[in-house]
Amino acid sequence: MEILFNPILLLLATAKDVLPVLGLLVVFQTLVLKRPIPRPGRIIFGFGAVLVGMACFLGGLDLAIFPVGRAMALQLVEGALSGEKVIWTAYGWVYLFAFLVGFSTTIAEPSLIAVANKAHEASRKAISSWGLRIAVAIGVSIGITLGTFRIVTGTPLYLYIMAGYVVVVIQTIFAPRMIIPLAYDSGGVTTSTVTVPLVAALGLGLASNVPGRSPVMDGFGLIAFASLFPIISVLGYAQLVQWSVQRRSRKKIESEAKP
Amino acid sequence: MQGTLNHEYGKTIPVVFRSQKIRGIFNALWLQYLIMPLAILTEFSAALGRALLGASRDLAPIITIIALFQVLVLQQPFPELFSILAGLGLVIVGLALFVVGLDIGLFPLGETLAEEFALKGSLFWLLFFAFLLGTGTTVAEPALIAVTREGAKAVAAAELIENSAASIDRYALGVRLTVALSVGAAIVLGVLRILRGWSLPVLIIGGYTLVMLMTFFAPKEIVGLAYDLGGVTTSTVTVPLVTALGVGLARTIRGRDPLTDGFGLIALASLMPMIFVMLFGLIVH
Repeated sequence: MEILFNPILLLLATAKDVLPVLGLLVVFQTLVLKRPIPRPGRIIFGFGAVLVGMACFLGGLDLAIFPVGRAMALQLVEGALSGEKVIWTAYGWVYLFAFLVGFSTTIAEPSLIAVANKAHEASRKAISSWGLRIAVAIGVSIGITLGTFRIVTGTPLYLYIMAGYVVVVIQTIFAPRMIIPLAYDSGGVTTSTVTVPLVAALGLGLASNVPGRSPVMDGFGLIAFASLFPIISVLGYAQLVQWSVQRRSRKKIESEAKP
Repeated sequence: MQGTLNHEYGKTIPVVFRSQKIRGIFNALWLQYLIMPLAILTEFSAALGRALLGASRDLAPIITIIALFQVLVLQQPFPELFSILAGLGLVIVGLALFVVGLDIGLFPLGETLAEEFALKGSLFWLLFFAFLLGTGTTVAEPALIAVTREGAKAVAAAELIENSAASIDRYALGVRLTVALSVGAAIVLGVLRILRGWSLPVLIIGGYTLVMLMTFFAPKEIVGLAYDLGGVTTSTVTVPLVTALGVGLARTIRGRDPLTDGFGLIALASLMPMIFVMLFGLIVH
């Protein structure tokens, strides 16, 4: 077996991503606001934890989830091949795998966990952190599944995206006002460190293995799907919650009116 | 005789000292730096324990799905079982450390800064900070580097630019800087929205309309890449910090609700790159 995990290189790469941000914050705090750094011990310690955590996380992803997912995507396409002709119904396992991978990676996404906790706090506990995470995860999994279907069939990307935008615009009119910014944000939040490499591997693997598809032209678009569909599902979740609350209060009024 | 020991974010716990001398020593800077890590460490270990449990629970679905597919569908034994198990352990520990570190270091500083900028009342510095935060966090984003390189290769393969390493690198860098600037611009727009109380749906729907219009004019080869870059830009570092900026800002300004006004920055940061990259494609090709 090979050891791909190089902790020092990974720490350096992570530091390159995180340190400019820390530098920026420190420069603004000391030079522009001319204030001392509040609790510098905490901040340095927290940043250290973020660095080590992210490095471990990415290393673990490279070591475990990434190769297994990639190998499986390949094996699943091989199972569905039937000569040169592409029959989209033969790719059932691919869709199921895409759906499940989208769901499980989103549930484990650190950014989403952080934002869901922030939303829970900011809404004074009205929005459940778990409910939000599940709604986003369902959106991502439907999005990625549709995206793999698009790669298999080779239909134009912009048609799907436009249809999605139209749905979002219609939902925006009817959804409760307070959830709208959060729903729009959830689209961007999901597609980061865990989801991007896994989804990119899936898209490129599919596009290079399905006959008649080119990886460079058809492999893109999965991330766009994964960003668009959570908006729809979070808005839908909010509408469902609103509807059930209204129905319950209407029933309450009716039962109070009867006797 | 009281000194203060910074114990928890936003709280100070008074500590009573017996003599002026000890208090003098305590107030010496170096000792404060010595005691503070101890307080953090205690709090940190408790938080880490909770986070480890949470991370294991979060990862259970991934492990279950992959194991199920291997055993039931593909019916193949796990290759390199040891390295996979080690990797899973790393993922759990990394996830826990990351979440705890964010709570300790990133969110408090980001929110403090946003609140102080809002109180300072200087629109210029606030917008300048917002622009640099958006651009700075995006330009160093590894996922963005990888995807822009792939995109540049795709464009070179379609013979829209010269198919050489130097021209691919130049094109990739161009796209990356375009995306970074667009995220900076998006954060500035988002901050202005929070300050002025503009309607987010109007901005987003307007943006979508622009994306749709641009799709018809932009070169076909860049459309897929442009759409994807919207989702790639907002990384694990950018998202929490930008959210902290928005929520902190909305909390400070009177008449703004942190939920409806604080969020929405990331949505703009995902939308703007699509428009900017398609514009870049129009200019370059």
